[in-house]
Amino acid sequence: MAALEVLDVGPLVLVQDLGRPGLAALGVGRSGAADRGAHRLGARVLAQRESLAGLEVLLGGCTLQARGAVTVALTGAAAPVSVDGRAVAWGAPVRLGDGQRLQIGLPTSGVRSYLAVRGGLDVPAVLGSRSRDTLAGLGPEPLRPGDVLPVGRPPQEAPLLDQVPPPRAPTGALVMYVTPGPRADWLADPTALTTAEWTVSERSDRVGTRLTGPALGRARAYRDRELASEPMVRGAIQVPADGQPVVFGADHPVTGGYPVVGVVDPADVDRLSQAEPERRVRLVTAHP
Amino acid sequence: MEVTLLPMGREAVLVEVAGTGEVLALADALHEQGGRQDAPTWVRSLAEVVPAARTLLLRVAEPRDVPAVRAGVVTLAASLDVATAGHPGGQEPGVGRGAPDTPVVTLPVTYDGADLADVARLIGLDEQEVVEAHTGSAWRVGFIGFAPGFAYLVGGDPRLHVPRRETPRTRVPAGSVGLAGEFGGIYPRPSPGGWQLIGRTEVTLWDLDRDPPALLQPGTLVRFEAL
Repeated sequence: MAALEVLDVGPLVLVQDLGRPGLAALGVGRSGAADRGAHRLGARVLAQRESLAGLEVLLGGCTLQARGAVTVALTGAAAPVSVDGRAVAWGAPVRLGDGQRLQIGLPTSGVRSYLAVRGGLDVPAVLGSRSRDTLAGLGPEPLRPGDVLPVGRPPQEAPLLDQVPPPRAPTGALVMYVTPGPRADWLADPTALTTAEWTVSERSDRVGTRLTGPALGRARAYRDRELASEPMVRGAIQVPADGQPVVFGADHPVTGGYPVVGVVDPADVDRLSQAEPERRVRLVTAHP
Repeated sequence: MEVTLLPMGREAVLVEVAGTGEVLALADALHEQGGRQDAPTWVRSLAEVVPAARTLLLRVAEPRDVPAVRAGVVTLAASLDVATAGHPGGQEPGVGRGAPDTPVVTLPVTYDGADLADVARLIGLDEQEVVEAHTGSAWRVGFIGFAPGFAYLVGGDPRLHVPRRETPRTRVPAGSVGLAGEFGGIYPRPSPGGWQLIGRTEVTLWDLDRDPPALLQPGTLVRFEAL
């Protein structure tokens, strides 16, 4: 059976698929690739099902060695990728022969690269998914040098796409579309969320992207009020006591006790998951 | 039952009701409808129903189904009357109706928790009376949150309402039985936590080799038994 051996990892390399939906009532969130669109694009490049597992590589630094022939494709953050030291294309099927080394470097734009693997990574599934949920501690452990990842049987169909274009590097502020949240009325100034300019905090992770900016104050009626735990969704903008919003990502908690004042559109949560620290963000009201 | 519909993005509706009893009654009704051959279209379009303390999240797979779900849940809730609903087996009122086949889980507890004395002092009982209050009433799982399999239990003796600890512990052992606000709970796995700990149970609450892995699920009735 073909496999990928892990020679080196950067800050964080996780096995991810599209997660385990439908278990929130048991306290288990969906998890899955933080940039779902990038994971799906990799599946298209390799002409395979989107549900197969690949890697989510945070800030590069990952070296893998093929055992047997393995075909892969890199999507997500625009990062340099090479085979045995020779640069190969982003967003294209790359065939690795037995013993060849694939290196994923530091992204030039975005933070999370996705390595789709033809046939998928065949590590044990937990509750129907191979995703690592960093909050719940479910699924495959983060990769370490020496790990060997078995590769599943490749699909019959050959890839048809030669290459897809890398994402355009954003210039200026990221614009995110937001619909009102269930507790939008808890804000003292209902327009504060969409008039302020926010900055992505370095304390952002798969649980949520923390935004820093002018503290969002509470309306007088809701000051010192406790909110009973409410169900959360990916994209929910929760405002803790310090007034600095958190946009929940793939590994968000199933319930939370701070007011949700808005919800970021799903595709924009993908883009936000690629935002570097210090990136400026503007939230714009979406009209249905 | 009166409901307030709140927006929660393009793929969900948040339904707000008066309390956890109403959340459970509405969740029961949705599951009952969903199990029928002739389930209404809007019920079949639900991808997920997530109960919490006073709200219930209805998530759909397709954003276009949201308007039908909004209309459907209002009609369904209007047909439910929690106040006059029956409570099987002498169950405390206010914790939901419970289907006739509602599972009951008995948890044997050693009442030697680190906060037992504090809890007794806070609510003006002695430690033995805390144990009697905790074992003397039926609890029901209202919802799961915080961590996989962490059940928020409702319907216990109202004298047991205590605030969370001022400073959360960095590590609470698995099986710890605690109280916080109007809720009871048991830590399924070691984790940080701020609940007042009154005892511990040896019963495994979360087991990935079990289907489903959570022993306690929304609606499950729970009885504590002193060892």
